Amino acid sequence: MPRYGMVIDLDRCTACQACVVACKVENNVPFTDPEAAAKGRTMLWIELLAEIEGSFPSLRASLKPRPCLMCDDPPCTKVCPVNATYKNPDGIVAQIYPRCIGCRYCTNACPYGVKLFNWRKPEWPQPMAQGLDPDVSIRPKGVVEKCTFCHQRLQAARERAAWERRPMREEDYQPACAEVCPPNAISFGDLDDEKSEVHRLSHHDRAFRLLAELGTQPKVYFLREVGK
Amino acid sequence: MNRREDWTYEEKALIPPVVDTSRLFWFTAAGLGAIVLWALYAWYYQLQRGLGVTGMGRPVYWGFYITNFVFFIGVSHAGTLISAILRLTRAEWRRPITRAAEIITVAVIAIGASNVIIDLGREDRLFNVIFKPHLTSPLLWDVLSITTYLTGSVLYLYLPTIPDSAILRDKLPHRRWLYGPLSLGWTGTEKQKKLLNRAIAIMAIIMVPIAVSVHTVVSWVFAMTIQPMWHSSIFGPYFVVGAIYSGIAAIIVAMAIIRKGCHLEAFLKPLHFDYLGRLLLVMTLLWTYFTFAEYVTTYYGNSPDEIKVMMSKLTGPYAPYFWTMVICCLPIPLVILGVKRFRTITGTVIASLLINVGMWLERFTIVIPTLSNPRIPRYNVHYTPSWVEVSLMAGCFALFILVYMGFTKLFPIISIWEIEEGREGVQETTERLESYLPEGGEGGEAAGPVPAAASVA
Repeated sequence: MPRYGMVIDLDRCTACQACVVACKVENNVPFTDPEAAAKGRTMLWIELLAEIEGSFPSLRASLKPRPCLMCDDPPCTKVCPVNATYKNPDGIVAQIYPRCIGCRYCTNACPYGVKLFNWRKPEWPQPMAQGLDPDVSIRPKGVVEKCTFCHQRLQAARERAAWERRPMREEDYQPACAEVCPPNAISFGDLDDEKSEVHRLSHHDRAFRLLAELGTQPKVYFLREVGK
Repeated sequence: MNRREDWTYEEKALIPPVVDTSRLFWFTAAGLGAIVLWALYAWYYQLQRGLGVTGMGRPVYWGFYITNFVFFIGVSHAGTLISAILRLTRAEWRRPITRAAEIITVAVIAIGASNVIIDLGREDRLFNVIFKPHLTSPLLWDVLSITTYLTGSVLYLYLPTIPDSAILRDKLPHRRWLYGPLSLGWTGTEKQKKLLNRAIAIMAIIMVPIAVSVHTVVSWVFAMTIQPMWHSSIFGPYFVVGAIYSGIAAIIVAMAIIRKGCHLEAFLKPLHFDYLGRLLLVMTLLWTYFTFAEYVTTYYGNSPDEIKVMMSKLTGPYAPYFWTMVICCLPIPLVILGVKRFRTITGTVIASLLINVGMWLERFTIVIPTLSNPRIPRYNVHYTPSWVEVSLMAGCFALFILVYMGFTKLFPIISIWEIEEGREGVQETTERLESYLPEGGEGGEAAGPVPAAASVA
């Protein structure tokens, strides 16, 4: 089985948020109005983490696009009382929407704040409501949802490869954020495949993982910025 | 037989509160009922619209409901645990207290558990915890221990009511349909008494570890995560101590109310409040010790993530809650309960009320500050509960009082047979007390010279 992972090169990232938009459209992530956003109910599966370093006047903002980090030892899955969130055989931390009871224990156990709760029935204003992705189920109110590494794309790629009787290639399966990134800052592939780009980059000198000291073993790596 | 003049002293004092209902009772019940109905409307409103009607948001995913859950489950340690310990240690002064305490447990544990159900995003899928259980989740351990505790507490409350049901069956013919089946054919034979006392003793022994497990597991919901200031090994015992602390305080308040409301001054004497007050004083000191240990290790460890949470309590946005908690739970109870002159009925009740306010705030300042200060900085969201959450909290308190009031109309709130048993057993108790002392003494004055064998040993 492949171990899908991601490497985000912060030196290339321009913080344009194209990944955020692409993810939102690809995965039918609900629309949030400003009023709900003020209550901390913005729904974003990938978002920019902003860290302000230093103090005025020598300030520096560091921005990191943060999808689900797909921990190999996820703190969120073991606390779920009904097995609605689990690590699937592809190593992807998945959420079973029809089983989730909405207790939000996993959202509180995740140290990265990745998981999101549907506070209301999801709604989209027109004409957004006409542009929903038919491959991704719409989550009902009261369940937790999260980044899936665009799992629907993996399923489609697998079916296609099987149909064409050939092994899957790396370019067959790329999540929306990686595909759309204008400066090619996001690489995606099998971390265990020694020929893959993500394998090479994840062993790069600049590679680090968020809160690696917690032992969660994230499969998303970042490459430190240089030259500033 | 059924004329009140023929009743025993205990029956004359304890049965009338069951049958005679004052106007004040009805007014209070109506008021509380109105609050409960309003809370039910708030719940319906939330069911229709989703948890969006609360004040919760990211990162504060848990708010008033979980705070109330922890608080009520804590208060539930009043009854069963205290009553079991007092029974097991054969504390004679327990007799008028046990039942009044045990019903607190049953009422409050059900209300506490329903707070988790209210907090669910999909309460329609509640039974997934039975059909799709995931045993590694501390929340599932909660489900197991709380249902066990509730079942055990109901049984433990019911067993000592059997002889009283028989008394009421005989004295109140118009309620025979109720007390007849409940009394299980009790006639008061020696064999029945032996069996009942045995059953109560067994339940008392079983209930102690279950009660301890309940609040330990509640604390583990937090402690088993890796979040700053939740991930703490002290949480299990800390929560159990806090639970007993708020539990004893709840018994004292309930006793003071039934003492006045049911005119039971002859049964619930200043002595009972004094003894419970001493127990409460011990718990004050224990709670303070645990709190101090928890915060001083965090402070000394100086881990940035934990310090951030701690400072939000000591000087930050949660400081008003935190320091009110400290004042309610430490200096005031210490003075009231520690000075004999203040340890009166009024004194212990004031201390108990403050302790319960403080313990609610303790639960609040455990749940919220950790959530609002995650490791990865994101938002500056401040949690404020909505009217729905406040209404449901008021409803929970009103429902608790209402259930308690209703229970006093169902059973004598002080066990008739246990008081009578205590009265009949004075001789036996005296003998037991004498058996504690060295034999062969003169009794009282001087116990004579110490036997040589004892001094060597």
